[in-house]
Amino acid sequence: MTTSARGVDAPGRAQIDARTLRADRWWLPPAATTAGLLVFLVYGGVRAFQQQYFFADERYLTPFYSPCVSLGCASEPGAAHFGMFLPDHPLIPYAALSLPFLLLFRLTCYYYRKAYYRSFWLSPAACAVPEPHATYTGETRFPLILQNSHRYFFYLAAVIALINTYDAVLAFRHPADGFVVGVGNLVLLVNVVLLWAYTVSCHSCRHVMGGRLTHFSKHPVRYRIWTWVSGLNTRHMFFAWITLGTLILTDLYVMLVARGTIVDLRIIG
Amino acid sequence: MSYTGRFRVWRGDTDGGALQDFEVEVNEGEVVLDVLHRLQATQTPDLAVRWNCKAGKCGSCSAEIDGRPRLLCMTRMSVFGTDDVVTVTPMRTFPVIRDLVTDVSYNYAKAREVPSFTPPADLAPGEYRMQQIDVERSQEFRKCIECFLCQDTCHVVRDHEENKEAFAGPRFLMRVAELEMHPLDVADRVPAAQEEHGLGRCNITKCCTEVCPEGIKITDNALIPMKERVADRKYDPLVWLGRTISRRR
Repeated sequence: MTTSARGVDAPGRAQIDARTLRADRWWLPPAATTAGLLVFLVYGGVRAFQQQYFFADERYLTPFYSPCVSLGCASEPGAAHFGMFLPDHPLIPYAALSLPFLLLFRLTCYYYRKAYYRSFWLSPAACAVPEPHATYTGETRFPLILQNSHRYFFYLAAVIALINTYDAVLAFRHPADGFVVGVGNLVLLVNVVLLWAYTVSCHSCRHVMGGRLTHFSKHPVRYRIWTWVSGLNTRHMFFAWITLGTLILTDLYVMLVARGTIVDLRIIG
Repeated sequence: MSYTGRFRVWRGDTDGGALQDFEVEVNEGEVVLDVLHRLQATQTPDLAVRWNCKAGKCGSCSAEIDGRPRLLCMTRMSVFGTDDVVTVTPMRTFPVIRDLVTDVSYNYAKAREVPSFTPPADLAPGEYRMQQIDVERSQEFRKCIECFLCQDTCHVVRDHEENKEAFAGPRFLMRVAELEMHPLDVADRVPAAQEEHGLGRCNITKCCTEVCPEGIKITDNALIPMKERVADRKYDPLVWLGRTISRRR
C-alpha cells in the first residue's frame, strides 16, 4: 500500500479528495492545549532550577520545592522539613525527590495522554482528522507501554500530596508570631485541596478504590468510595488544568513575597 | 420557515465518485435525513442511503456530515445556517458500497470474535440472580445501538487500514468490558482484551465518546477500566503477588 493510499484513502473506501471535510475550527483545542502545556513546562522548568525565592515569611514553602531535601535548602532555615541530603548542584532541583514523580504522574495520566497525543503527536489532532503518521501501534510497545505504570505514580503522588498538605498546615505557624493566617495560607490551602481533587479523581484511583471489583454488593464501603471517586473522575480534565494554574499561581505568590515584590497580607495574627 | 438549502452529497461506488451539489427545500423542524429523502423524491431517485427508524435507535443512518461522524436522523437542520453548504459523505473508515451506504461487515466479524455471555456452569437459565448495583455498569454499555460511529471515528482503524485485523475497535472492546464487569459472567476476558482484541492500540483520545449518539462514556467507563484490569494482570507485580498469595491460602 503506498503512502498516498493510507487511511481514508485506502482502497475500497469512498474516494474523496479532501483528507478531512471538517470546516469548524478543529485545530483550536490542540493548539490551545499545546500552548497551555508549554507555558507550564517552561515556567516549571525555570522555577525548579532557579533555586531562589522558594520560601517566604519563614513559613510559605512553594510546592515546586517541596520537600526541600537539598543541602542548598540551608539558605532558607525552616524550609527543610524532612532533612537535607541531596547535593547542592545547579542541575539537581531542591525537590528532586518529588518533581520527577509528579511529572511522570501527569505524563502517564489518562487525561494528559489524550491531551498530548492530540496536541503534540497529532494522533489524531481532532476526531475524523487524519493523523500524519504512516504506522501506528498505540501503547503496545516501548516506550508507550510504560503508560501502564500510571498507578505507581498515583501512589507516589498521593504521598507527595500528603507532604504538600503538611506544608500548608505548617504554614499557619510563624516562628515568632505563632498562629497566623495570611493570604498566602489561603493560596496554599486552595492549591492543596485542588491537588487532592486532581490526585483522587485519577482513573487509577477509581480502579483501585473499587473499579476492579465485579460484585459491588459484597463490598458496600468500596462501592461508596468508588461512586464518590467516579463523581470526581468526571471532572478529571478540569482538575488537571486548574491545578496547573494553581501551582503556577501559588509558586508565583511565594516567589513575589520572598523577593519582597509584594507583602503578604495578614488576616489573623 | 422554509428555505432552499445547499447540499454537497458524495455519490459513487467502489470504482469512484464525487461530491455533487444540490439545492433542496428545507423546512422547519427537519433533520438531514428528511432533506436527503426529499432529494431522493425530487431529484435523485437512485440515491442510496441506509435508514430505518428515524428516531436514533436503529443505528442505520450513520454517515459523515461536514466531516463529522453523525446519525443523519439525529442531526437537526437548525444547527446549520441557511447559507451553509452541508456536506454529506459515507463513513470513511469502511468500504463504500454505493453513495452513502458502506459495508460495515468488519464490525460483524469483530463481534463474532468476542465470546458470548458465559454464566456459571451450575446455573440454569431462570436461576440467574444479581443485584442492581452489580449489573448497572454493564447496563450503560447495553444502550449501544451499533451505529458504528465510534468505529468510524477511531483513528486506529480509520487512519490505519492494516490495524483492522488486530483491533476490535471501541464498540467491541466495550462489549468485552460489559461482559468482564457482568456479575454472572465467569469467562476470563482480560488477557484476550489485550492480546486478541488489541486494547493496547487504543490511545484513549476519546473520539469514540465524542461521537456516541447514546452518550455512552466509552473511554472513561469501558476502555480505561479495561486497561486498568490489563495492568492488574500484566504490568502490576504487586497485584500479581497478592493474587498468588491469596490463591495459596
